This record gives sequence, C-alpha cells and structure tokens, in this order.
Amino acid sequence: MEHYISLILKAVFVENMALAFFLGMCTFLAISKKIEAATGLGIAVIVVLTVTVPVNNLLYNGILREGALSWAGLPNVDLSFLGLLSYIGVIAALVQIMEMVLDKYIPALYAALGVFLPLITVNCAILGASLFMVERDYTFGESVVYGFGAGLGWALAIIALAGIREKLKYSDVPEGLRGLGITFITVGLMSLGFMSFSGISL
Amino acid sequence: MADATAKQVLFEPIFSNNPIALQILGICSALAVTTSMNVTLVMCAAVIAVTAFSNLAVSLVRSQIPGSIRIIVQMTIIASLVIVVDQVLKAYAYEISKQLSVFVGLIITNCIVMGRAEGFAMKNGPWLSFLDGIGNGLGYSVLLIFVAFFRELLGAGSLFGITIMPVVNEGGWYIPNGLLLLPPSAFFIIGLAIWGLRVWKPEQVEEADYKMSRHTAKEAF
Repeated sequence: MEHYISLILKAVFVENMALAFFLGMCTFLAISKKIEAATGLGIAVIVVLTVTVPVNNLLYNGILREGALSWAGLPNVDLSFLGLLSYIGVIAALVQIMEMVLDKYIPALYAALGVFLPLITVNCAILGASLFMVERDYTFGESVVYGFGAGLGWALAIIALAGIREKLKYSDVPEGLRGLGITFITVGLMSLGFMSFSGISL
Repeated sequence: MADATAKQVLFEPIFSNNPIALQILGICSALAVTTSMNVTLVMCAAVIAVTAFSNLAVSLVRSQIPGSIRIIVQMTIIASLVIVVDQVLKAYAYEISKQLSVFVGLIITNCIVMGRAEGFAMKNGPWLSFLDGIGNGLGYSVLLIFVAFFRELLGAGSLFGITIMPVVNEGGWYIPNGLLLLPPSAFFIIGLAIWGLRVWKPEQVEEADYKMSRHTAKEAF
C-alpha cells in the first residue's frame, strides 16, 4: 500500500507530466484561458489515462514483450518494435469507445467533456504515460496507480495555470510578450515551484 | 495557398509563421530535449524527416482517404515513420537514443506533424507538401537549437560537449548556472525568444483582452 501511495505522490508532484516532462504542452497552453474549460479537459485526461495506461500495460506484457508469446508456442518472438503503433491505436480506439459509452450512459459527463475527449488522442501526455510505463516496467497494479496519478498531476497543473491566466489578462504586459510569451514565463515559474517537490521520497 | 511558390512554402515557417512561436504546435517535445546540442540536433533531424515524409505520404494518398477515417490513417502513417526513425536511432546512435528516451516515440503526437498533415498535405500536391514539411521542421529546429545553445553554453559551459568556458569545478573560471539545466529554464528562454521575435515582427503581437486606461485621478501624483 505504501508503495502505491508513494508512486501516486511521485506521479502527481515530483514527476508532474506537464511541468517536469513538458508533456501535453500544446493543449496545456491552448486550452488554459478559462477555468471551466481547463477543468473539463483535466477530468477527461484523468479518465483516459486511468484506462489507457493499464490496457497498454496488459498489451505490452501479454503480447509485445520479448518472450511474451510463449503461451502461443512462439517463445522467440519480440514484437516490441510494434509498440508505438499499437499504443496509439489502443489510445485512439479507447477514446472512441469511451465517447460512445459516455454518450449512452452518462450523458451529463459526456456533455461536460464535449470536444475535449476526441482531442485527447493527440495529447502527448497520454502516449507519454504509456511509454514511461513500458520504460519503467510497471506491474499491472502500479500502472493503474501511475495512470491515475499522472492524469491528476496534469489536471492540477492546467487548472492552476488557467486560474493564473484569468487574472493575468487584466495586467499590463509588454506588447511583444502578450499572450503566448507571458504564458511561457508563467509556466516556467510554476515549473520552478514544482521543482521544490523533487527529492521528496516516501 | 494554392498559388504559393515553393520558396515561400519552404521559408515562411522559419520566422514568419514559426510552428512553435506562432502556431503553438509541437512544444511538448521541444523543451525536454534541449539540454545539450548533440541530442537536440538528432531530435531536430528526426522531426524534419518525419514531418517531411509524412506530409509526402499523406499528400500522395489524400484523394483516396475517406474523410471520416482520415485521422486514423494519418496516425498510422506517422506512427510507422516514427518506428523507422526509432529503429534507425537505436541501431546507429544508441547512446543518444537512450537520452532521448520516450521523446522519439512522442514525435507521433507532436502536433506539428499531425497539424501539417491535416492542415496542409490534405489540400496540396506531394512536392509542395514535402517542402512544407521540411520548412516546418526547420522552423521547429531553429527555435530548438536556439534554446539548446543557451542551455548548454550557460548551464554546462560547453557546446556539443566541447568545453568553451572551463567551469570552476574543473579548475576554470566560469561558474555554471545550474538553473539552465533544469526544466523551467526552457520555458523562460522560449518566452524571451518569442518576445524577441515579436519585437522584430510586430504583426505577430496578440491583441490584448483588456487595455489599461490612462491615469485620471490626481491623487496618484
């Protein structure tokens, strides 16, 4: 249990997807002007990450990894080079399925997530989390916790940034820095703040 | 864009329509790989290759792709190209491929590749699309190399791993600025680079949502 708590804290604060690894930056910068939109996107990312990382974990350990196909009588087959293609396929398919399921059974959540759900397929944070999971060799349980934690950290970061930007638009920013420039510097300062968590281990 | 000349298509994205500074595309991987020049150059080459060839391939099959599944077709093309790049790097530049870790794979979701395939290659011929891919890859590289130059020079006192300014720890005179090796510095440098670019090309400045009104109250003085 302690192991999982430490893993989740690490994923949320120390290895924050957005602020320490710069993943999902495009949507992070583009959709952080309003808090409501940022919250919707954040929740969508948490949901998608919690589902896709474990599924990709099963796929990797059950089919792609070297020697994983020995149950089928093919102990020498190493399909790990197909990883990238399969992960992105799984992500795209799962997002599509999730969209249909939510539309049918939880229309309120579907309406809240709106256009963000399909956008998530190309969010680097999603693919990034799957790749980190493979690189670090997580077990199935760990991958569930890691997916959730990574999503939570990303959501936290984008909501915080949206809050700052909502205030920032009233301030008198030098012309050339207006918009994207000052946002970068704000994110830099936030990232500096999150650096203070590094080195914490439980 | 139909009558755009090849030269325009190739050079516009470098400064006038830079993918990172203006289109907000492909920032994800731009920041993590810029701590040293060597790694950055390899990353840039990989991105240019993938963007150019995915644009070419998407443009070649653009009239055969049904509209409703075009995203998944583009994804498959891009993912296959990235796998090729990844395997080449693992075979010929294993050290650097280790340092890039997951970021080679993340070229798939790099919005530049996807954005140009969807926004340009679907509407234009193969040759122009190929040039557009190279142009946007170059625009991305220019900014990346700019960032990496400052991070490696001021953060470690070297360029391409060759010492330019001997650091104090090794008996030199330069006290390296450790902040520049940490993630936040990349944000600052890009922010400042955008500032510089927009001072140079004022038409890129964004409209302010609110304008400060002039001071009218006398008490302020």
